[in-house]
Amino acid sequence: MYVYGHKLPALSSLILWALLWEVVGRLGLTFFIPPFSEVLVTLVGLIPTPAFLNALFVTAYAFLAGVFFAIAIGIPVGILMGKNRILDELLLPWVNIFLSAPLTALVPVLMVLFGFGTRTVIITTALFAIWIIILNARAGVRQINRSLVEMARSFGASPMDAFVKVYFWAALPEILGGVRIGVIRAVKGVIIGQLLISIVGFGALFELYSSKFLMAEFWAVLTVLFGLAFALSEFLAYLERKVSYYAAAR
Amino acid sequence: MQPIKSDTRRAVTETDSAVSVRNVSKVYGDVQALKDLSLEFPRGELTSLLGPSGCGKTTLLKIIAGLLEPTSGQIEVNGAKVTGPGPDRSFVFQDFALLPWASVIRNVAFGLELRGVAKSEREAIAEKYIREVGLAGFEKKFPHQLSGGMRQRVGLARALSVNAQVLLLDEPFSAVDEQTRRKFQEDLLELVKTEKKTFIFVTHSIEEAVYVSDQIAILLPRPSRVSEIIRPSSFRDKSVDNIRRDPEYLDIVDRIWASLRSYVE
Repeated sequence: MYVYGHKLPALSSLILWALLWEVVGRLGLTFFIPPFSEVLVTLVGLIPTPAFLNALFVTAYAFLAGVFFAIAIGIPVGILMGKNRILDELLLPWVNIFLSAPLTALVPVLMVLFGFGTRTVIITTALFAIWIIILNARAGVRQINRSLVEMARSFGASPMDAFVKVYFWAALPEILGGVRIGVIRAVKGVIIGQLLISIVGFGALFELYSSKFLMAEFWAVLTVLFGLAFALSEFLAYLERKVSYYAAAR
Repeated sequence: MQPIKSDTRRAVTETDSAVSVRNVSKVYGDVQALKDLSLEFPRGELTSLLGPSGCGKTTLLKIIAGLLEPTSGQIEVNGAKVTGPGPDRSFVFQDFALLPWASVIRNVAFGLELRGVAKSEREAIAEKYIREVGLAGFEKKFPHQLSGGMRQRVGLARALSVNAQVLLLDEPFSAVDEQTRRKFQEDLLELVKTEKKTFIFVTHSIEEAVYVSDQIAILLPRPSRVSEIIRPSSFRDKSVDNIRRDPEYLDIVDRIWASLRSYVE
């Protein structure tokens, strides 16, 4: 961001919002918003507690497992849909429905099907992330330059070679974009899962703090969650930039 | 089809052909793209397929490459029937078809990579051809860092490095600027001399076809057929600077234009 020709450091807009938060908190307008500094102090005190570390571990486990399945299933399905017309016609309506469907409403059904444990949280997380990953992988494969495909064929590429050396790389910028958005949706998915299915992890902390009106603790956990999601998203954006040099020139 | 123009240098007989196209037809839905087309491509020479747009010249080239299947008829390369792409042919694409995520040297070596040639060996071969097409020093660059003309040189080096006997060029110079194109044409003549390969060259430029070809096949559209085969005889051995003012060159250009003009909308 530039202000009067001076380049501001990255994230300086966040500093501005944190200041605003501090001011609103100090004005004491509502108990709901304690000053940001108080949240930070609470946060530092909270992090070493076993309750917090346990919640972090439980949440990270469900989140990573959910994202893993969403990526491991979503990318191949998306690539196959992009390459196979019949599969595409069969699956595309469902993918579009689930992408825009209120998945939260589906969670009770999942609980009936898969029980009240971590497994259902993982499935919920994967369901939040997978649809956009499928759609983006599909879009990436569909825009591959036809002559790249013909080039691979004319030089005798096996289907496996064509897949690994041409299709995957040609679709990679779109695939990474889909994974980035999918991961952000998975953060939502894991917390909703933990709130609705089994009261564990960060979901349980949110439940506990908000029911006891411990707003500083509540905001502290939310800040941690935001920080983790932000870091993940920035990391994936960094990977996307690594391939952007050829994304425009395909 | 008119009789093949007499050629004082050599007689064209069946055994001299590197590629034979026999009664090839291609139908897309209800569109007849090629109809009963037969054509011989003499070994070690450059043959142009020239015609107005929509005459099926690229379709024919892709059928020879094995990328498209003919509806009927067959192609023979060195006496063997074509059933798909093969190591005896390599293709140069109109839009270069380079891997944008790979360096020049990996792109040039990509055909060899797909054939399982070891990395050090294929890079040595690629380096040789990168030099040959005049790109020495650009091995580590990426396609987006090169001009259009340089990118096509990469495409050409890739096609040469697999050492196929037949090179198929699909309007290779149409996406580069006029001056680069002239340089390419001169370099192509040099390549035909030194590489001893059979070149099949699709173009829509009459001057380009006459300038670079040993034999020009004029294709006419709807449905496509070979209307005429022209073999320039007098200027092929002249230096590149003198071709464009050779009377025969000018005559052939005029003659081709006369037969094509009625097909141009």
